[in-house]
Amino acid sequence: MKVSSRFLHFAAAVSLALAFNTAHAKPPTAEVNTTGLAVTDDTVTVGQLHSATGTMAISETGSIQAEQLAIDQINAAGGVLGRQIKVIQEDGASDWPTFAEKAKKLLVSDKVGTVFGCWTSASRKAVLPVFEKENGMLYYPTFYEGLEQSPNVIYTGQEATQQIIAGLDWIAKEKKAKTFYLIGSDYIWPRTSNKIARKHIENVLKGKVVGEEYYALGHTQFGSLINKIKLKKPDVIYAAVVGGSNVSFYKQLKAAGITSEKQTLLTISVTEDEVLGIGGENLVGFYSSMKYFQSLDNPANKAFVAAFKEKYGADSVIGDVTQAAYLGPWLWKKAVEKANSFDIDKIRAASPGIEMDNAPEGYVKVHENHHLWSKLRIGQWQTDGQAKVLYESELIEPDPFPEGYQ
Amino acid sequence: MQTLFRSLFKSRAEAIAFGIFILFIFVIFPLTMPIFRLNLVGKYLTYGFVGVGLVLLWGRCGVLSLGQGVFFGLGGYCMAMFLKLEASDPVTTAIQSTPGIPDFMDWNQLTELPWFWEPFKSLPFTIFAIFIVPGIIAFFIGWALFRRRVGGVYFSIITQAIALIFSLGIDGNQGYTGGRNGITDLRTLLGWDIRSDNAQFILYFVSATLLVLVAFSAKYIINTRLGRVLVAIRDREDRVRFSGYDVAMVRSFIFAFAAMVSGLGGAMFVLQVGFMSPSIVGIVPSIEMVIFTAVGGRLSVLGAIVGCLLVNYGKTTFSEDFPNLWLYLMGGTFIAVVMFFPNGLAGLADKIPMLKPYASKWLNRNKQEPAKAPNTPSSNPVSDEP
Repeated sequence: MKVSSRFLHFAAAVSLALAFNTAHAKPPTAEVNTTGLAVTDDTVTVGQLHSATGTMAISETGSIQAEQLAIDQINAAGGVLGRQIKVIQEDGASDWPTFAEKAKKLLVSDKVGTVFGCWTSASRKAVLPVFEKENGMLYYPTFYEGLEQSPNVIYTGQEATQQIIAGLDWIAKEKKAKTFYLIGSDYIWPRTSNKIARKHIENVLKGKVVGEEYYALGHTQFGSLINKIKLKKPDVIYAAVVGGSNVSFYKQLKAAGITSEKQTLLTISVTEDEVLGIGGENLVGFYSSMKYFQSLDNPANKAFVAAFKEKYGADSVIGDVTQAAYLGPWLWKKAVEKANSFDIDKIRAASPGIEMDNAPEGYVKVHENHHLWSKLRIGQWQTDGQAKVLYESELIEPDPFPEGYQ
Repeated sequence: MQTLFRSLFKSRAEAIAFGIFILFIFVIFPLTMPIFRLNLVGKYLTYGFVGVGLVLLWGRCGVLSLGQGVFFGLGGYCMAMFLKLEASDPVTTAIQSTPGIPDFMDWNQLTELPWFWEPFKSLPFTIFAIFIVPGIIAFFIGWALFRRRVGGVYFSIITQAIALIFSLGIDGNQGYTGGRNGITDLRTLLGWDIRSDNAQFILYFVSATLLVLVAFSAKYIINTRLGRVLVAIRDREDRVRFSGYDVAMVRSFIFAFAAMVSGLGGAMFVLQVGFMSPSIVGIVPSIEMVIFTAVGGRLSVLGAIVGCLLVNYGKTTFSEDFPNLWLYLMGGTFIAVVMFFPNGLAGLADKIPMLKPYASKWLNRNKQEPAKAPNTPSSNPVSDEP
């Protein structure tokens, strides 16, 4: 008699727990969605806003693919709060007013739960007022110049100090470098990055900047720059050249005999995606500082690379931004589950402190300032277009408004 | 009133077409569209300003400018500078090393406002500049080129080069212009929040009203003696010159007029979209504006405006429904228009009266029917609307 009543208690507790569990896995829509977002009992709609066409498409395609992969994996594992993720993809067409228009469409007409998107700073700046006014949430994947911290954006790439300072420290120590030549494309990201680099070189490393030059986006003639480099003989060339200019820059360096045997070069703008265009043989031996390389040796990354190649073909490569884009849907899922709600305000409150142990890049954590704690790696490029990782920093705190570097 | 009517419209059909257009933009669109879509129509209408300028310059005067984006941009930048200064008061920018200047200047180590930004603290000066800056620059470019009898394809190439120089100049001077990111995060106009739904609604009507006024003034020019001189210059420039007209002066004037209305369009664009960037002033947008005009009809003021609305409407809907295919659809549409209707949709409308005998034979029970036919294109932008 006693036994059976105990058994009954146990059975009651189990069924209660089960009932609670299913309720927890799928709370009623009215409870988790109090602001009228596109959430039903079975689905939640999110937006994806990148350039599928135009000059930026080549860079943004990797991000589109990584986000879709993450969403597929989340759906296969049961979705978010028991709801399958549906995606509305919009094309920003490499055109900033179009980005603003589409962002507004996603938030106002489609009422999406969140948006994964943007790549260039210009596109982010164009959509930012829309996200702030309509109170949307944007997961932004690109490493960028910092100087921004919006309540409506989670920045899954690195801000400038995270990418620059540890890399300069390493190269200064490893190569006994004292003189630096800073080169960049002429827009806000290279200029801000080089400003931070110059302050760090002069004030902390006690080194010297022997030259600082900027070239218009799309510039392809680096002859006069190469002459200046030969004249000044810097210990390190520090490069933030982007897009099509990259291809001419490295080919012309090689043609002029400036190769890794004679010259150290550290870049903050070359990932596996760029190497695909430049050709591994044109920058073999040069260094990149990034938070992620495709060759990272850990189980989570191996699984990620395998899944990516299975979905998009064995020839596809994964760069830093692609991996950061892959984090977006996962971080959002974790924030929604922590908040137990799709409401933007609750996701915002829940986001700081969200951790991922098994991201392809390793452990990451969302900071109060909406950027990620992450490590920095130095990779040396090989002829096959992959990087050999030589150095890995400690976890670096994001600091979008760095004191003393402004 | 009669004479004013006569000086604007050559035929009753034309007046009815205009009436239908006005009915659509002032009554039907605002009543049937949510504010978000209406704001988009407002944005398309701002390209209509450029389209009207191109009808005079290209359709009537035979001078194809591939640099109208520059003037659209100049007007837009004037407006954006005023709004940016208002958004950068010392309190909201307290986090900067130099509070009180626009954020991008602070990022570029500027410590005080550049001198040419100072006057844009005043709204009357800004409004003055929106007209005068594009107008004067266009007049001098025009005067320099037309006096040397540069025309035709050479003029197009030079204006295209100017568009490239202008966008590169903005890109390269980011401390003064905001560079590639442009001037963003514009909030208020004299304390009035331009981002609110209410403000967007009002700005749509302001924009639409100004566009109708610009369209009327263009039609007025077309129907005066100046308008006939323009066509004469287009068709046989030498004869006009030998008749004693100052061809360079007439062309420069029209170029300046087109630039001024484009600048006004640019200013309205900034108010409705909330930012300005060099991507809106370069070669590609300049050529796109020519395409809008070509699709609508470069000879017709109303056709050009309807073209701007239709092409942009197509761009938005195609790209929403087919994010990976829409560029092919747009390209296909342009090729079809150029092949089958070289004078654009307005040219198509002009052909309708030729069908009149057949139509009336077919519809002989209803005598009034064919009179309405010429107006069908203007109802196209929302052919799926009730």
